Amino acid sequence: MARIVSGMGTSHVPGIGAALDNGKTDEPYWKPLFAGFEPLRKWHRKHVPDVNIIVFNDHATSFSLDKYSTFTLGVAETFKPADEGWGPRKVPVVQGHPELAWHILEHLIFEEFDMAVAGSLDVDHGLTVPLSIAYDQPIQWPTAVIPLCVNVIQYPQPTALRCYKLGQAIKRAVEKFDQDLTVGIWGTGGLSHQLGGERAGVVNPDFDKDFLNNIVSDPLAITRLTHTDFIREAGCEGIEMIMWNVMRGALNEKVNEVYRFYHIPVSATAYGAMILENT
Amino acid sequence: MTQRDYDDVPGTYVLDSRNYRKGYNLNMFLMTLNKSVHREEFALNEKAYIEKFNVSEAQKQAVINRDYLQLLKLGANVYYTFKLVSHDRLQPQFMYGKMSDPELSFEEFQQMMLSGGRSIEGNRSKKEKQNG
Repeated sequence: MARIVSGMGTSHVPGIGAALDNGKTDEPYWKPLFAGFEPLRKWHRKHVPDVNIIVFNDHATSFSLDKYSTFTLGVAETFKPADEGWGPRKVPVVQGHPELAWHILEHLIFEEFDMAVAGSLDVDHGLTVPLSIAYDQPIQWPTAVIPLCVNVIQYPQPTALRCYKLGQAIKRAVEKFDQDLTVGIWGTGGLSHQLGGERAGVVNPDFDKDFLNNIVSDPLAITRLTHTDFIREAGCEGIEMIMWNVMRGALNEKVNEVYRFYHIPVSATAYGAMILENT
Repeated sequence: MTQRDYDDVPGTYVLDSRNYRKGYNLNMFLMTLNKSVHREEFALNEKAYIEKFNVSEAQKQAVINRDYLQLLKLGANVYYTFKLVSHDRLQPQFMYGKMSDPELSFEEFQQMMLSGGRSIEGNRSKKEKQNG
């Protein structure tokens, strides 16, 4: 039987990838952030699952106004780093896990989550930056990856509750897979940030702190947050945080918080990371 | 026009049906800049390239003038607008500063973020902002 062993939440700011790719991590601006990654990376070196399910969003890269699905599961053998406008990141190609991905997909659809299927998907910084945060600069990524892409940029996004329930269904699906695999699940994006408009740069540490506390001990509280709660309190792009709910829903009711890190600023974003282990 | 309960959040442009419809062609033009072959064509003659996409005169001018805030007001979404910033090899903070009210330079925006970011206090609603 496969099982989900742990979860990670992390922001996926593109500047983090650029800093790493261009050798800037020792600069004063980046140094405190990369120092905060150290304990997280140390944990990842000791806990390498067979597969990571990475819940992320596309940023006008592979999806755009012409076609946009709410939840998309990647079932390909491999996923290439995408050209988002400045050339693809020079990071390893992401290896998929089609067998488990198809199993999860079938299970989810029979549970009435009407997923879209991606048989070809170039992945942008939303997916590759979390890999870099966890695993630094390896020749190849140490785990297979199942991308789960969520619409968080085009209104109406799925609700926070729906994301949590999707996570719960993913947990049930994984536990029905007949191979002995360990699985990690990552929720990416956030925390509070707004990139567009006259209010660009708004962050809300109190909101973020409550969110992180609730992710650990009262996840149902954050399933009640509305679109407007996120837009108003966490900034227009802060709604990415609903992807952490998918991760949390896929874990046990009780979890151990292994690591938490919060840092302002990364570009215009409040950075947050957290590692949770199933008890 | 359907009113939304987030309409009173100041300085915020949500990619909802209203902006989707207004900015469809504009965003689809910006989307093409993901491909280097299109970036090269755009660099060669910006005006001629944009004119292929059936955008309004105001949208075209906002692109040529790099008037990022005006682009959002005309239906562009910030993630699509990034394509222009990347094309120009600028840091995103340059765009964030230009859109800010009052406008900030790259350094001023960077400094605001290093000092803890723009405060949410006074920025939750247009009413709260007015009252300071």
